[in-house]
Amino acid sequence: MLSRPVRLSKAYMAQAYTFMTVYRGELFLWMIATSLPIIMMGIWVEAGESGAFPGFGPVEAARYFIAVFIVRQFTVCWVIYDFEYQVVTGKLSSRLMHPADPAWYFVTNHLADQAIRAPFCIGLLALCFVIQPQALWGDSSIGGEHGWWTPSLQQVGAAVVATYTAFALRFLMQYTLAMLSFWHERVAASDAVLMVPYTFLSGLVIPLQLLPEPLDLWVFYTPFPYMVWWPATLLAGGDAGFMQPLLVVTGWLGGLYALNRFVWWRGLKHYSAMGA
Amino acid sequence: MKRYTTTLARFWSAAFAAEAEYRVNFTLAALTSVMGTAGALLTLQTLFSTGYQIGGWSWPEALLVMGPYLVLDGTQQTIMSPNRSALSEHVREGTLDFILIKPIDAQFYLSAHRLSLWGIPGLVLGVGLTGYALVQLAQPDSPAPLTASALWLFPLMALGLVTLYSLGYILATVSIWATKLDNLTYAMQALLEAGRFPVSGYPFAYRVFFTAVLPVAFMTTIPAEVALGRAGSGMLLLCVAVAFVMFTAARLFWSFALRSYTSASS
Repeated sequence: MLSRPVRLSKAYMAQAYTFMTVYRGELFLWMIATSLPIIMMGIWVEAGESGAFPGFGPVEAARYFIAVFIVRQFTVCWVIYDFEYQVVTGKLSSRLMHPADPAWYFVTNHLADQAIRAPFCIGLLALCFVIQPQALWGDSSIGGEHGWWTPSLQQVGAAVVATYTAFALRFLMQYTLAMLSFWHERVAASDAVLMVPYTFLSGLVIPLQLLPEPLDLWVFYTPFPYMVWWPATLLAGGDAGFMQPLLVVTGWLGGLYALNRFVWWRGLKHYSAMGA
Repeated sequence: MKRYTTTLARFWSAAFAAEAEYRVNFTLAALTSVMGTAGALLTLQTLFSTGYQIGGWSWPEALLVMGPYLVLDGTQQTIMSPNRSALSEHVREGTLDFILIKPIDAQFYLSAHRLSLWGIPGLVLGVGLTGYALVQLAQPDSPAPLTASALWLFPLMALGLVTLYSLGYILATVSIWATKLDNLTYAMQALLEAGRFPVSGYPFAYRVFFTAVLPVAFMTTIPAEVALGRAGSGMLLLCVAVAFVMFTAARLFWSFALRSYTSASS
């Protein structure tokens, strides 16, 4: 029963991996392009240094943003651009001939990209620890006692689950929006609109527990905090909970999946109606 | 000179007409800019929420960095970024030859002929925020009362634009050799995001990087410092020098690159 999905992913992964290795240089630049957490780490480490944020000192700030950087490398998503291209150029037609849903192609492409990023990711991480060494071994002078940053196996497990859930959420959100390509030619541009709440409400630039009063409550009902803040906080050893966030995300995932399939079948009819 | 101004007017009216076709996209861009500015303010608000002053800058002072940043970013999206992608497109398709033989400076043509309206909302919001910051600072209970030096802000922002433009043009010139460089530009833009905050809000290593390696400090922080009367004429001259050096470097690098340009056919 399980062997078909396994075989499918193996075949698609191998192809995607080979394809992606061609773009190693590009990927390196993409990594720098995702260095926003490292910039924000500087701002928040300085802020933590002042002691104005109880429970969020320089060590917590450095660990949190390094974790954000890691989580981001495993949740990067560009399916909307790829999908739009495939629909507009009609390349999707040949994908539809494959004995598997085109979603396989898109998902495996993303996973292969993450695998190739890993070596660069380690390099940039090393740089982070050079800039903020106290993130690694902790610091007892400012803002309380910290030991080495050695997350327990349980923490890492939770963070990995949360990271892939975050990827699924982000992918599904973008993939659903991408479906509009069946009706409209320049859908990828609308991703820029979605990027704004993602940037500010996902924890990419603001550690969400520090948000001012009314926002810190309702933001957690939106899907955004679970795309970065939740896995990153778990990885950094902070208090983000596990079961309750998982429940909220599952709700969002279920809703988006249903919507996605609905729009997919409607869109596909529209697509074939164009004679492609 | 007159030839250049009339050409510029022609370029931009044509670009405006072409862009006006995509009104929905313009609405989306406006929405994005409004949300983006709100998000930027939320970030600052969170940083200031417990009495912390970023790098020792008060709220309106920090806005005097954020506002000009948005102005620079908006200008970049309106003029520089569309022209940069056009340049690499010309190299890739071999149409650069037709521009080189035009009776007008090629760098001017390649830096100005495109215009994207999408950056305008952000630009307007940036101007508004800068104005708001100045008004706040002019209030009697202002943490840093304005003096005549505030007038320096505008020429210094213009110099910041020159620096930003030159940096971008140097990167765009690289496309003469390596045709695919969108990612290089993305990488630069990501690092420039640091200009949203005063450089003194960063740890030491960052400050060095954003002053000496990538001149982000000269685009937003130092102009604001001079305007607030915190930095003297030495800093002002340094801004002039950086802009001048960067512009000359861009110019020289461009003519150097053209020497190794072999065109599409030969």
